[in-house]
Amino acid sequence: MNLRRTGAVTRKEMRHILRDPRSLTMALAVPVLMLLLFGLALSLDVDHIPTLIYDADRTATSRALIEQFRGSSYFQILGYPDNYKAIENAIDRNQILLGVVIPPDYSRRIESGKEADVQLLIDGSDSNTASIALGYAQGVVQLYSLDLRSQGQNRKGGLAARKSPPVDSLLRVWYNSRLESKNYVVPGLIAVILMIIGSVLTSLTIAREWEMGTMEQLLSTPLRPTELVLGKMAAYFVVGIVDLSISIGCGVLVFQVPLRGSFLLLVFTSCLFLFGTLFWGIYLSAGSKTQLEAYQMAMLSSFLPAFMLSGFVYAIESMPPVIQAVSYLVPARYFVVILKGIFLKGVGLDVLWLETLFLAGYAAVIFVLATRRLKQKIT
Amino acid sequence: MTEWAVEIDDLLKKFGDFVAVDHVSLKVGKGEIFGFLGPNGAGKSTTIRVLCGLLTPTSGRASVGGVDVARDPETIRRNIGYMSQKFSLYDDLTVEENIHFFSGIYGVPKNLRAERRDYVLKMAGIEEQRNTMTRLLPGGWKQRLALGCAILHDPPILFLDEPTSGVDPIARRGFWDLIYQLSEAGRTVFVSTHYMEEAEYCHRVALMYRGRVIALGSPRELKEKLSVSSMEDVFIAMIEAADKEAA
Repeated sequence: MNLRRTGAVTRKEMRHILRDPRSLTMALAVPVLMLLLFGLALSLDVDHIPTLIYDADRTATSRALIEQFRGSSYFQILGYPDNYKAIENAIDRNQILLGVVIPPDYSRRIESGKEADVQLLIDGSDSNTASIALGYAQGVVQLYSLDLRSQGQNRKGGLAARKSPPVDSLLRVWYNSRLESKNYVVPGLIAVILMIIGSVLTSLTIAREWEMGTMEQLLSTPLRPTELVLGKMAAYFVVGIVDLSISIGCGVLVFQVPLRGSFLLLVFTSCLFLFGTLFWGIYLSAGSKTQLEAYQMAMLSSFLPAFMLSGFVYAIESMPPVIQAVSYLVPARYFVVILKGIFLKGVGLDVLWLETLFLAGYAAVIFVLATRRLKQKIT
Repeated sequence: MTEWAVEIDDLLKKFGDFVAVDHVSLKVGKGEIFGFLGPNGAGKSTTIRVLCGLLTPTSGRASVGGVDVARDPETIRRNIGYMSQKFSLYDDLTVEENIHFFSGIYGVPKNLRAERRDYVLKMAGIEEQRNTMTRLLPGGWKQRLALGCAILHDPPILFLDEPTSGVDPIARRGFWDLIYQLSEAGRTVFVSTHYMEEAEYCHRVALMYRGRVIALGSPRELKEKLSVSSMEDVFIAMIEAADKEAA
């Protein structure tokens, strides 16, 4: 390999990038847009659930239950209608997500120590949010009735021995103690951004040489395929590093995502991942003679898997076994584990070595494949 | 080393069933301007691409500067300049950036680069356009720049594949002046064209038709042999003879 020839390719490629408004926009706007869109809009946190409460009981007991709902920041009580119809209506019109109906005999049943049901009506058209909201509402109702009942029993028995409730679980959430979704969306997003930038931008580069006819000229010179691949890769690597800096900077400074682990390890593993995605783009580009074909292939094979199968937002454990098996082939999957590990858990290579090794292996394999494919295409 | 710059011996190149180059043999002497004539699709470009190491021959032998093209294409690429039909320059780079890039991939030593660049700019007459975007250059100038980029490494043998197609007659004339300059400096120029008047400028020509060489010699020899006054007439007469033979 000759460094002078490789360097000449890198310099030329940098000029192409800087002069092509399309690729420059893509290189800079994609990370910023993705971070803003997903970091701000993709909130999986459920709170301030719009709620209506129909109290048919109208006693001190039922009012105390309503107080429980009012006191929680998860719910936002929009009103207290006096009929059932109003709740149905409001759900149909998307005004509320949750309707609470306290039946007329609620307090009587509680006082006589019987089961007392509260009806919860929920808009299930967004199943994820619905099940979270349902969980919160059930929690409020159960806790309250348990509280009341044991108070009653204590009074009757005159004993202070049985404290309520009998079993109490103390939850401590590690690594993301307030369960804020941005804390895991933003690190995972770095994988998606690098994947898109890495493969889509590079996928155009060799296809463009074929399309413009400059490839033929390059082939008549002493320049070797390996030098062409590495020279181009180096230029796009610089772009990737810029995007990585934007993503990390934005994540830590704007979104206040904690970076608990080693910054150096983060950069090192990101570079490995970037090598793999860049070579993937070049591999695709080497195989197609038009930029459009290469672009479509790159979008399909980078964005979708990185988004869906990396565990970035959608938990891999809850996918069907076949899809889970496929996800092992997606390099972003390993990188997302690394990113979350470094950002949120603060763990190092002692835990993440296997994933890191995989990224390195992936980059090496794709590099060999890309160079070989280009050589085949030439002859 | 042989005295021949290019030697082709019974060269056959097939693409599937299609025979693009049909058992061609010819030799080109050092310092010669060798014209490769024939209509489009006659096999001129394919032959040139085999000689540049871009295609491997199906059978037969070809060597450039005494080096076999199938065996050692790398050595050949260091010793030739090739200009393809489309002027393969980067439109979004300036004239000087194109020159800089090609001297980089041809491996021109750092201390010679400025000298070679100035030589090429002067030869092509584009010194004042050195900072112009290549996309903005008129066709004739682009063509001279493409030639300049192909000779940055000072190759002894040049392959020019229809370098004058799509360029106006005055620019074409000027381009041939450049070819003469290069030839006088001792370089071999192997040039293909379908303009018959350009054949007159060559030292020797080969007429290619349907993959075969149907005439070979200096323009004067060919004209005298057929007792006609122009290369155009030679061309027509030879093609008619070839068609008759085929039928």
